Amino acid sequence: MRIVVCIKQVPDTAEVKINRETGTLVREGVPSIINPYDMHAIEAALALRESLSGKVTAITMGPPQAEAALREAISMGVDDGLLVTGREFAGADTLATSRALSGAIKAAGADLIICGKQAIDGDTAQVGPEVAEFLDIPHVSYVRKIVEAGPGSIKVERLMDEGVDVVQAELPALITVVRELNTPRLPSLKGKMNAKKAEIKKLSASEIGLTPEVVGFNGSPTQVKKIFTPEPRCGRRVLEGGIEGQVEALIKELMEKKCL
Amino acid sequence: MPLKVDKNVCSGCGACITVCPYDAIKMEGGKAVIGEYCQLCQSCLSACAEGAIKEIAEGCEKGQADLSSYKGVWVFAEQRGGKVAPVAFELLGEGGKLARQRGVDLSAVLFGAAREDALELIRWGADKVYFCGDGIFKNFEDEPNARLLASLINEHRPEIVLAGATAIGRSFLPRVAARLKTGLTADCTALEIEPETGNLIQTRPAYGGNIMASILSPGTRPQMATVRPKVMKRGKRDDSRQGEIIEVSAGGLKCRTKVLASIRDEEGQMKVNLQEADVIVSGGRGLKGKEGFQMLSELAGLIGGAVGASRAAVDEGWIPYCHQVGQTGKTVAPKLYIACGISGAVQHLVGMQSSDVIVAINKNPEAPIFCVATYGIVGDLNEVVPLLIKKLKERKNGR
Repeated sequence: MRIVVCIKQVPDTAEVKINRETGTLVREGVPSIINPYDMHAIEAALALRESLSGKVTAITMGPPQAEAALREAISMGVDDGLLVTGREFAGADTLATSRALSGAIKAAGADLIICGKQAIDGDTAQVGPEVAEFLDIPHVSYVRKIVEAGPGSIKVERLMDEGVDVVQAELPALITVVRELNTPRLPSLKGKMNAKKAEIKKLSASEIGLTPEVVGFNGSPTQVKKIFTPEPRCGRRVLEGGIEGQVEALIKELMEKKCL
Repeated sequence: MPLKVDKNVCSGCGACITVCPYDAIKMEGGKAVIGEYCQLCQSCLSACAEGAIKEIAEGCEKGQADLSSYKGVWVFAEQRGGKVAPVAFELLGEGGKLARQRGVDLSAVLFGAAREDALELIRWGADKVYFCGDGIFKNFEDEPNARLLASLINEHRPEIVLAGATAIGRSFLPRVAARLKTGLTADCTALEIEPETGNLIQTRPAYGGNIMASILSPGTRPQMATVRPKVMKRGKRDDSRQGEIIEVSAGGLKCRTKVLASIRDEEGQMKVNLQEADVIVSGGRGLKGKEGFQMLSELAGLIGGAVGASRAAVDEGWIPYCHQVGQTGKTVAPKLYIACGISGAVQHLVGMQSSDVIVAINKNPEAPIFCVATYGIVGDLNEVVPLLIKKLKERKNGR
């Protein structure tokens, strides 16, 4: 089975702090990591390869330094990496990103595409389903378990708001995965060696059959008008008295606010 | 838009280099130069005290020529198991406001469910309902929903399309946007019309809720957004309201997925639809075990709430993942959120800090959860929660 994993290099948002004076993000010294959900996508692909044999390719779109994310994926056991990169891709929204990734996936060929549920910087969860639409293949979101895979179809458990669905999809298909699916493996020593010497193939827009007008900023219907920091929460009420008094006061306050 | 440094204004202070997360700015001859790594994140814009970094309009005018031919606000009314989801009524409330501002009709789209549900959508503010009762929509499948909605949009050309930022909305709306080659903004928490242009300003959290971004789709129609449940207010239900139901045929929609089974977890107080709960009682590591969650579920049962959990509690195996609140779980915004024994790691805070009222109960007065709490009680939750349960019961019985 040919499996493609789409990954994204993101700033570790847990490390992002706000400068309360200027209201700006302090990203100095914030490490870049593989999007945590994508780690589960990589693990799922490697586990499938072990049971079905085949090949796993990691694809990312980003600036040249995103190559580090692909090398990390290879150190975990991914066979090769494709980097969609170039000035023309900058400023891409989810539509332009999906168009570029789907072009690269077509070039690589895939029976199954696995993406993380969403990236932790944008949190949109849109790129996976949009890639599926560009490729005209079915997709299943929020996969928490792969029940069986191939040939011809895949059976998975999908997390919904009120429970779980068991869904079968024809292959080729795309799935987006949640962290409940598995525990990502650590890189092996051999993997690290492979990652060091692996050749990362770079693809420009023209190499995946796209013109600069339809990728990056030019190909993005959405634009960021403004970025601002949310108002910090305020108005913390200190409750008086011992525990009993505080609990009494709390109930009174909550009744007044019609919370109870 | 692409960014450029005005060399005459740049003081060479290097502030932009410090804030650039992509390492894309270099100093050349005492002036900042933006290089090819630039991802147009605009971090440098606000960092530049001199205002030397500017956006430059460049490239072709994007989009379709005739935006004015798109009229009307649409709400996709999601149904689950034949029941219209509460978020649909919230969207009708918000969509109605936008429609009045634009002077256009408000329509709802309902796939599956029953004709009576379409009438209910009219009572809640829809002027028209595009309704398809075909059995293909009994279970949720992405492709038929995406294809039918996209073809209706192509035919009737609404300017705005809203759906809930739910498991369903966030899964298939991107397919619709990709089919139509239009913009979609995920998980919005505020919508407004830009007075000068009539464009929809869509505001959403990003970077784990650390920043808010306002998004426009100025050159394409429709402008599509998924909206977080519980954020928008319902309008007023009016039994006498009249509207039009337009029956739509599903006619041979392609579907390459099949739902084989649906497992719904609705056992009493452990009800899990956190995103639509008005009250959430959440527990963390401080609960010390499964038994702690039984206590929380008693409290939740008393005040009509759902039970949530921090990642720590889920990782310990005390409660299933579907209860997890936070960055890798669910984002919630109930009227009341009671955090018991949760220290308040940033990954948890981003999932609950937009709740109306937050109560924190924690032993450690320094716990970050107190920074976002409306009311804080410093104490042992094994003392506080039973007391709370006892007093609430007394009040109930007293009435």
